[in-house]
Amino acid sequence: MKVSYNWLSESLDLSAVTPGELAEQITLTGIEVDGVTEPATELSNIVVGHVLEAERMEESDHLNITTVNVGLDEAVQIVCGAPNVKAGQKVVVALPGARLANGLKIKKSKLRGVVSNGMICSLEELGFSDSVIPKNAEDGIYVLPENAETGTDALPYVGLADAFIELDITPNRADALSMRGVAFEAGAILSQKPEFPGVNLIEDSSNTIEDFIKVSVENTEDNSIYKMRVIKDLVVTESPLWLQKKLMHAGIRPIDAIVDVTNYIMLEYGQPLHAFDYDTLNSKEIQVRRAKDSETLVTLDGQTRHLNQDNLVITNGTIPVALAGVMGGENTHVTAETKTVALESAVFESSLIRKTAQSLNLRSESSSRFEKGLNKATVQQALDHAAALIASLGQGQVVTGTAQVESEQPVYQTVTTSVDKINRTLGTDLTVSDLDSIFERLGFDSEVTAEQVNVTVPPRRWDITIEADIIEEVARIHGYSKLPSTLPHNESLPGELTYAQQITRFTRHYMESCGLGQAISYALTTTEKAKAFAHSATAPVELDWPMSEEHKALRQSLISGLLDNVQYNVARQSKNVALFEIGRVFEQTESTLPKETSHVAGVMTGAVVENSWQEKEVTVDYFAVKGIVEEWFDTLGVSDSIRFVPSKEHPDMHPGRTADVFWNDELIGMIGQLHPLMAQARDLNDTVLFELNLDPFITNEHDTIRFKSIPKYPGTSRDIAFVVEESVLHQDILKTMHAAGGKWLRSIRLFDLYQGENIENGKKSLAYTLSYLNPDATLKEDEVNTDFNQVKEALAEKYSADIR
Amino acid sequence: MGIEEQLTTVLAKAVIEADKAESVKELETIRVSYLGKKGEITSVLKGVKDVAPEQRPVIGKKANEVRDELTTLLSHKKERLEKEALERQLEKETIDVTLPGKQVSKGQTHVLTQIMEEIEDLFLGMGYQIIEGNEVESDHYNFERVNLPQNHPARDMQDTFYITPDVLLRTHTSPIQARTLESHDFSKGPLKMISPGKVYRRDTDDATHSHQFHQIEGMVIAENITMADLKGTLELLAKKMFGEDREIRLRPSYFPFTEPSVEVDVSCFKCGGTGCNVCKGTGWIEILGAGMTHPNVLEMSGVDSTKYSGFAFGLGPDRIAMLKYGVDDIRNFYLNDQRFLKQFKRKG
Repeated sequence: MKVSYNWLSESLDLSAVTPGELAEQITLTGIEVDGVTEPATELSNIVVGHVLEAERMEESDHLNITTVNVGLDEAVQIVCGAPNVKAGQKVVVALPGARLANGLKIKKSKLRGVVSNGMICSLEELGFSDSVIPKNAEDGIYVLPENAETGTDALPYVGLADAFIELDITPNRADALSMRGVAFEAGAILSQKPEFPGVNLIEDSSNTIEDFIKVSVENTEDNSIYKMRVIKDLVVTESPLWLQKKLMHAGIRPIDAIVDVTNYIMLEYGQPLHAFDYDTLNSKEIQVRRAKDSETLVTLDGQTRHLNQDNLVITNGTIPVALAGVMGGENTHVTAETKTVALESAVFESSLIRKTAQSLNLRSESSSRFEKGLNKATVQQALDHAAALIASLGQGQVVTGTAQVESEQPVYQTVTTSVDKINRTLGTDLTVSDLDSIFERLGFDSEVTAEQVNVTVPPRRWDITIEADIIEEVARIHGYSKLPSTLPHNESLPGELTYAQQITRFTRHYMESCGLGQAISYALTTTEKAKAFAHSATAPVELDWPMSEEHKALRQSLISGLLDNVQYNVARQSKNVALFEIGRVFEQTESTLPKETSHVAGVMTGAVVENSWQEKEVTVDYFAVKGIVEEWFDTLGVSDSIRFVPSKEHPDMHPGRTADVFWNDELIGMIGQLHPLMAQARDLNDTVLFELNLDPFITNEHDTIRFKSIPKYPGTSRDIAFVVEESVLHQDILKTMHAAGGKWLRSIRLFDLYQGENIENGKKSLAYTLSYLNPDATLKEDEVNTDFNQVKEALAEKYSADIR
Repeated sequence: MGIEEQLTTVLAKAVIEADKAESVKELETIRVSYLGKKGEITSVLKGVKDVAPEQRPVIGKKANEVRDELTTLLSHKKERLEKEALERQLEKETIDVTLPGKQVSKGQTHVLTQIMEEIEDLFLGMGYQIIEGNEVESDHYNFERVNLPQNHPARDMQDTFYITPDVLLRTHTSPIQARTLESHDFSKGPLKMISPGKVYRRDTDDATHSHQFHQIEGMVIAENITMADLKGTLELLAKKMFGEDREIRLRPSYFPFTEPSVEVDVSCFKCGGTGCNVCKGTGWIEILGAGMTHPNVLEMSGVDSTKYSGFAFGLGPDRIAMLKYGVDDIRNFYLNDQRFLKQFKRKG
């Protein structure tokens, strides 16, 4: 809502407050101000000119040579390109040295050899937006009224000697979507009671409204108040300047006097009105009802609207003539030929209007006011005011009486609270008299005693219904800057991270310490990427109405996003990339909400150690990444229950270098090398990645660590080397050795793996160190030898190991 | 020449030789040649048997003195030689200490996580719990339970990604508050929580809009919580995030889930309040929204609003990070360009 400071000063004394100061106070006590504009500060040397002569220039098809009295001793010659310039007009003249909108400077110049001492201005050149300029002034200069005083400052005539405060009005403060509402708000700030002139309505007694129209409402829940007046014997004219400029500065294009008055009254009262051309209604009846399925209406914008039972329509008793509260019908709207106007002022049910406006994508100044509610106390006053204005501007007569259905009276609601409750909520020490004066400023009747506070809220503030609303009014008028600053002093539970949060933070720190940087990617991606790398066989969760294919489905894996990030970096000369992400993945389930699981995933490509003066380059491989994952499991204390199982089931992964990861019997993720074709498609070198489900580890709190005493006795070790089929897995060999190793076997370490010369094709040589320890005694040679032989035998038996 | 004289001569000779010695090894040879079993001093002393018995103690004493003197001399010389040798060795080992050290790779925390953890830690210290929730929520918890019924005009403030008419991507982390309110046992103490997480809005991505961003909301519900407590808490937060000298101001605003509702501005950390490009000349920067929890929100979750009251606030880590570090495009947070991420490696 753009508020004109001059318009506001019609009801308040603003002499003691500048527009900037007023805006600041409005921001701090009530409504956010988006900005204050004072157009006159950018414009200068612009005066009213009287065109004495205007002749077409011979050499030009569109230029005119004019002689204009600009209040100087002699009239000046100005070349003007506007088609509508004529002798006798009062116009806006920018003299040499003038500054216009957008920083344009006017100089004395020559056009086609003819001297021009300034410029006759269009509204656009003065800074008005295209969308608010009246149609007849769109292609030319703006003509001022005849009584404009030649040679004086032209800016006041077009309303530019004003300041405009742009209010950003929240949905609860729809009362401020009107000049009267803003006047009450500013009045509360300035401790003034706004004053509005009365409506001077003269009714013509030769007819009564019953001769013209009767109104009925199908369901008063949809439409609680419907009022109509008729204005007859009209001549449709252009609006006077005072009205046009108010509309233009509010962002509304002047059309004709009738439409302009309805818009003006909407701005003044917040009450949307609709004017019908009475004669085109073809009936003496207005009925408000729900539309029937398959009914249609051609709206003002020429579009055919297909209606249904959720739409409220105004009918002439048979067919719809307007979409209630949203837009009028094309066939019944006011035209230059209109003689009689039927003027509607009503209250429609807000959610109904909202639904209709939304479903037809028809948002207007009018529908947005109906949606947010309006002042039910001024429905009649706004109608009377508009009728009187239309009659006076169009030299018509207002027919006696109002046709109406009025099922609801404006409510003066009393809200009860207490001084104590107010102070307990705000942390203040307000007294009875403090509160009295606050309610006085707001213009609310109140009875304030030490025991009870009763506030009677006028219907213009329909947003206030409960105690908390009253407390808010007190708080803002009292001033938030005066609130003390304290901290809650209640007893408190300890604030601590949950186990899940601790593990999540630990995992992040751990991954960073391994050289991976934290990434945060979009959870919404393409359907294809959402599915890629996921274990889930179900289709991804998709948006009902996505904005783009790029962000359509919820990810089932973190890998695609990370690969996008890696690709982005590599494409920008960053060859070595190591990123990880901790985030949610989503899976459809039987229940309403998808299942959300926390995952950790990482992707590495390029070098883990770069070539330097000291070190040789080491590029990332499967085992570099596996080491990171293994140590993470070890720190979580779950290594013993983790298994890596070779898997060829991942189409985007290297079939020989990928493992599924199991925790006990539960599949919790995978690790492996990106399929070379995939890597190639993304222009990546060898890329290794992993993704693990975090949930099993953050939901299972582990046993406390039990300290084991440091061994007092030395341990011993045995090395073993053997040849087996290359398909035999290290993990299985370990399992076998542990099973056969006897009670003193503590750990097994692989120290060599060899294939090649001297080893038969298809076989591999492995060498392990087995460490033994008896915590309670020195181990005897033969004890260890016996156990060690058991291991040899088991290996030979199970894998036909050829022990060296 | 008597034995005494012989000893003196031998000692003098040994001193000269030792003085000339240039290595520990040479010195050892000298030691053996004088003090060893077959050494010169030893062989001189063999002549003691020919000396008169009353002379023997005198000679014995002299012999011990000579032996001690030589031993001390040799050992001092040895120490000096060893020290010199070590010095030479160390000199040879000199490296260019300005050469770069070996590579250590350490990943960096995403800047948004840094901001969020800083805020989390501040509130943990004040006895708040961190409570997370689902990113996909029901319309019921996301809107209705925070006082935004169907067809409420304020729903326009948040354009929503729907999955079905009843299921959506949460537009704020408020549904966590509704869920926590209904499960919290107030007999065990007040509810003090913050809820950080990702949220989603139907917005076209550009420099200042993102369809995915982060939010941290906080809420305290107990007996006798005041708006002054809210102000004090937010003042602390503003100082923590933007510096000790910061002030805040509260402006009336509207959120369906709070009443009274306020927007909170922090005095500009760049110009200190005099007006600059960061604060658009106003001296103030909007950083969060807050208010006293609406009684409807409490009642809908089964909390007695006549007994309990409290406050809630919400802020955007993305916006805070943009302001704090002068990041001019929100998309940077989600592109994960290492050249961007690594700029926030430094702590603090």
